[in-house]
Amino acid sequence: MSKHVITANRLVDGAVVYLTVGGGWSERIADAAVADGKEAGAVLMAKAEQAVADCLVVAPYLIDVADADGGIRAQRYRERIRSDGPSIHPEFAKT
Amino acid sequence: MYRYDEFDHTFVRQRVEQFRDQVERRLSGALSEDEFRPLRLMNGLYLQLHAYMLRVAIPYGTLSSRQMRCLAHIARTYDKGYGHFTTRQNIQFNWPALKDVPDILLDLAEVEMHALQTSGNCIRNVTADQYAGAAADEIEDPRVWCEIIRQWSSLHPEFSFLPRKFKIAVTGAPNDRAAVAVHDIGLRIVRNEAGEVGFQVLVGGGQGRTPVIGAVIRPFLPKRYLLSYLEAILRVYNLLGRRDNIFKARIKILVQQVGAAVFADMVEDEWQQIKDGPVELPAGELERIQAYFAPPPFETLPDADSGFADAQAGDPAFTAWTRSNLAAHRQPGYAIVNLSLKPVGGIPGDATAAQMDAVADLADRYSFGEIRVSHEQNLILPHVRLQDLYPLWQALEGIGFATANIGLASDIIACPGLDYCSLANARSIPIAQEISRRFAALDRLHDIGELRIKISGCINACGHHHVGHIGILGVDKKGEEFYQLTLGGDATDTAALGDLIGPAVSVHKVVDAVETLVGVYLEHRQNGERFLDTYRRVGLQPFKETLYATH
Ligand code: SF4
Repeated sequence: MSKHVITANRLVDGAVVYLTVGGGWSERIADAAVADGKEAGAVLMAKAEQAVADCLVVAPYLIDVADADGGIRAQRYRERIRSDGPSIHPEFAKT
Repeated sequence: MYRYDEFDHTFVRQRVEQFRDQVERRLSGALSEDEFRPLRLMNGLYLQLHAYMLRVAIPYGTLSSRQMRCLAHIARTYDKGYGHFTTRQNIQFNWPALKDVPDILLDLAEVEMHALQTSGNCIRNVTADQYAGAAADEIEDPRVWCEIIRQWSSLHPEFSFLPRKFKIAVTGAPNDRAAVAVHDIGLRIVRNEAGEVGFQVLVGGGQGRTPVIGAVIRPFLPKRYLLSYLEAILRVYNLLGRRDNIFKARIKILVQQVGAAVFADMVEDEWQQIKDGPVELPAGELERIQAYFAPPPFETLPDADSGFADAQAGDPAFTAWTRSNLAAHRQPGYAIVNLSLKPVGGIPGDATAAQMDAVADLADRYSFGEIRVSHEQNLILPHVRLQDLYPLWQALEGIGFATANIGLASDIIACPGLDYCSLANARSIPIAQEISRRFAALDRLHDIGELRIKISGCINACGHHHVGHIGILGVDKKGEEFYQLTLGGDATDTAALGDLIGPAVSVHKVVDAVETLVGVYLEHRQNGERFLDTYRRVGLQPFKETLYATH
C-alpha cells in the first residue's frame, strides 16, 4: 500500500508543515502522521480541512512518502525540497 | 530620480492600511484563502514552496542609496538576511511572514516604494536600459517615458483586468540592453531622417510557452503621442485578447492570429479616435517629469585619467575587471560600473543585507547615491569618476561584487527554479552555480568572450532561456530533473529565439553539455567572433553532432 502524509503551508508565516498524529502541525516531516492507503489518507485530509477552517494552514494536500533510514522521506523531488529547504541553502534545513 | 508627490504618498499609504486590514481579516478567519489570494497578489505577495514571497517593484531598475538601505533593513528584519534581484529589475524577499507584510510595506512606502502591480493581469513594472541617463550611446533617457507610462498605467481602470499580465520595456539607445523585443510592448527611442526623436513601437514579443520576437508596428511615433498610441494598443488587446484560455491570452497570440499588419491597422483606427484627446500629456508635464531625471552635477573632467591608467598598468586583476565590468559613459572622465552578483559558485541575483548596505554607501561615495538593477540580475553604479575606479574596485572586492565576468559565461541569468518556485519543474540555481565553478578561471572566461547563458526552471521562462546564446530549460521527466538546451538566442537589437538542439540531458550531464558546446565554439571560431556569431555562421549541426556523440 502506498503511504501518504499531509502537508500544507502555515497561514501566519507560510512555513511548510505536516499534520502530526496528535492533530497538530510540525515543520518536520519526521513528525508527520503516516496514512497507509487511500482511506486512511482521507481521514487525515478531513482533519486538515478543519485546520483550514480554523485558519491554521493553507492548501493542504497528500504526498507520497516511503520508508527511509528509519524514518520517512517524500517521494517526489519537489516535496523533498519542501521538507528539507532550498537545496542551495543547506543551513536552512530543518533538523 | 522621480520623487513621490502628495498624491502618490497618500495613495501608497492608503493601500498599505487597506492591506493591513485585509491581513487581519484573513488571520481572524473573516476572509477565506480564496477571497484573500487576489488581494495579496495585488500587493505582490505570493505563496511559494517554502514561504510567502514578496515582490517589490523597482521602477525601471533605478534605486537610490536610501531605498537600497531600506531593502537591506527589510532583509535583515523580516527575512533571512538576503534578497533576490530578478530579471524584471525587481527584488524578491523569500521568507516574509504574512503578519509582517503590512509593516514591510509601510517601511517601503517611507522610501517611496511599493509592491503594487507586481502580480495580476495589469501593466507590470516598466523596465528600461540599466545604463539609462549614463550610456554613451543613448539618444534620450528612457526613464522619463517609463515614469510617464508608470503614472498613466498605475490603477488605470480600463487596464486593471486585462486578459493577461502586460509588460512594457523601453530603451533609449540603439544597443538594446532592455530586451525590448521580448516584451508585450517594446519601445525604442529613435531618431528619424529629419533628426526628430520618437519611438519605434514593437508589439507582441514574449517568452514563455509560445516565444515570439515582437513585430514593429510603427517605425516612428512622435513622442507627444506615446500615451494615446499605447492606449490604442491596450484597447485593441483588451477587446480582442482571449480570456477563455490562459495559454492564449497574451497579446502575442492575438498579434500572431491576426498578423502584425492587420493588428497595426486596428491600432491605427483606434488611435485616430483618441489621438489629441484627453489622454495626451498636458502641457508642461513632460518638462516636470524630465526635471526629476536631470543629470547629476558632473565635474568637467578630461577623457582620460592618469591615476586610472597607472592602476591598470600595475594590477592585472583590476585590468581584467575594467575590461569586462565597465561601460562607456556619455560624460568625459566617468564610467558606468557593473557590480557582478554572480560570484563563482554564488546564487545569481542574491545580495545579503550587509552587501546592500555596502552598495548604498559606495553609491553615496562614488555615484551620486544612484544604483541600478539590470535584467541580467546585476547592480550598477551609473556615474563613477575614472579616478575613483581603483578604490571602488577594491571596495567591491571586499564585498564579493567584483567578479570580472559581466557578459561572460559565468554571468548567468537564473530564475529561482525548484529551490523556491511552486511552478518549477527543475532547479535552476544549482546549475548556474556549477557552470560558474566550471568557468571560474578568469583567463579562460575572458578568452571565451561574450556568452549569455540563461536558465529557467519551467516553460514560463523567467530566466529568459529562449534568448540565451545557450538557453537551459528545466523539464520534469518522470520525477527527474532534465534540461533542454537551445542555442543562438539573442535578447538585443538583433533579437532571436534559440534553436532546440535535441533531446533533454539529465541533471548530471547538463554542465558537461555546456562545456562541450563551448568547446565546439572554440574549435570553430574565427577572428573576433563571439559564441553567437560562430553559431550563426556554422549553424546547429556541429554543436549537435559533438554534443550527442559525447553524451
Ligand atoms: S521560469 Fe518557472 S520555475 Fe522559474 S521562476 Fe518562472 S515560473 Fe518559477
